[in-house]
Amino acid sequence: MSRVRVLVGTKKGAFVLTSDGTRKNWDVSGPFFAGWEMYHLKGSPADPNRIYASQTSGWFGQVVQRSNDGGGTWEPVGNKFAYDGVPGTHQWYDGTPHPWEFKRVWHVEPSLTDPDVVYAGVEDAALFQSTDGGQNWQELKGLREHGSGSTWAPGAGGLGLHTIVLDPSNAKRMFIAISAAGAFRSEDGGASWKAINRGLRSQYIPDPEAEVGHCVHRIAMHPSRPNVLFMQKHWDVLRTDDSGDNWREVSGNLPTDFGFVIDVHAHEPETIYVVPIKSDSEHFPLEGQLKVFRSRSGGEEWEPLTKGLPQKDCYVNVLRDAMAVDTLDKCGVYFGTTGGQVYASSDAGDSWAPIVSTLPAVLSVEVQTLT
Amino acid sequence: MTHQVRVELPFHLRTLARVPGEICVDVDGTVTVGSVLDAVERRYPVLLGTIRDHDTLKRRAFLRFFACQEDLSLERPDFILPDRVASGAEPFMVVGALAGG
Repeated sequence: MSRVRVLVGTKKGAFVLTSDGTRKNWDVSGPFFAGWEMYHLKGSPADPNRIYASQTSGWFGQVVQRSNDGGGTWEPVGNKFAYDGVPGTHQWYDGTPHPWEFKRVWHVEPSLTDPDVVYAGVEDAALFQSTDGGQNWQELKGLREHGSGSTWAPGAGGLGLHTIVLDPSNAKRMFIAISAAGAFRSEDGGASWKAINRGLRSQYIPDPEAEVGHCVHRIAMHPSRPNVLFMQKHWDVLRTDDSGDNWREVSGNLPTDFGFVIDVHAHEPETIYVVPIKSDSEHFPLEGQLKVFRSRSGGEEWEPLTKGLPQKDCYVNVLRDAMAVDTLDKCGVYFGTTGGQVYASSDAGDSWAPIVSTLPAVLSVEVQTLT
Repeated sequence: MTHQVRVELPFHLRTLARVPGEICVDVDGTVTVGSVLDAVERRYPVLLGTIRDHDTLKRRAFLRFFACQEDLSLERPDFILPDRVASGAEPFMVVGALAGG
């Protein structure tokens, strides 16, 4: 029988939640790396027992952990993230040049085919690759050396590369997103990059339609349609049907189109999920009511999903890496909150129940469907 | 001459290094701030980058170095530690700054 493993990164450690395919009863293990900020954990599609985790601390810096047994035991691997060459400067908050400095790994993305190959998106924004299971990391410097790199400026949360999407149909193609530079695409395995932000409109930058400078929060893809991407921007939900060459807004009837997460149903490529957040000034749901919104038409038309979610006095946030789906039938949808809840739906979002309710603030949620 | 130097690590680094308490490292020659940290990192490579920067060897901002009731955090790496540290009578302490709040 199929099983589901949910990997949860929190402000104070990592947790592994497991269930059988019914997704009714859950075992909770952890905290792993108690007291550390666990920005992100993700398993290898090529070997689900291989999991990578980003462990960070303001005191002790960056550690990368690796498990070879599905999260039961862990070993630290390489933690040296050195920019290739003289890193130069990006733009600081006050507009002055600021040296590129490594701070932390925001996101780990294992290769789709090789468990020893893994990518890391870091702050200050850069993309690193390991080909030896995380022991050694090399920067794919073509991204940072994109002609616009010196103009990138951090968002309030830092200049983080937080999204890495790999194209299952083309091993050389990948997409990344940076706050607050925007989205970029590589067609050559990360050697060179093109900014793909045409159609994004951001009132908070001097030229709202600039090539770069947009605060992209998250990008999602359905593996069967790698040319179609969905984006939750700082404000606005968008889609592209041509691999990012052109985007169009599909916020439609959302009550607010600010938010962080976005994801796609495992079996319905036009069914997408977001969690609207009131505004960039008030990072909590509208009117204290936690609602997932689902579109079955690839955007524009959205329906609120509230069954099982708190509908009063709820003032949590749902951060950008904190939503994921499983591939069971019916599709499971999961998200974590800054209030320490991880909610699960085993019916594609029609109803929800908390798996856990009192974890530390959740930074990331990933799901593995195990057969 | 080899000195056996006692080193106290903060909780999270003890956990990372999988040591239950105070550690003891062999330091050849003069016992300095730098030579003790070199010995710690040689014995426990997992601590590379967690006490000081990989390349610059600069102390991480929120860590302090104490020994014999003195704050040695701002001393140069070649600062010679007190005899009582070199002899093992007193530990060299790596301390996490208080979080405040």
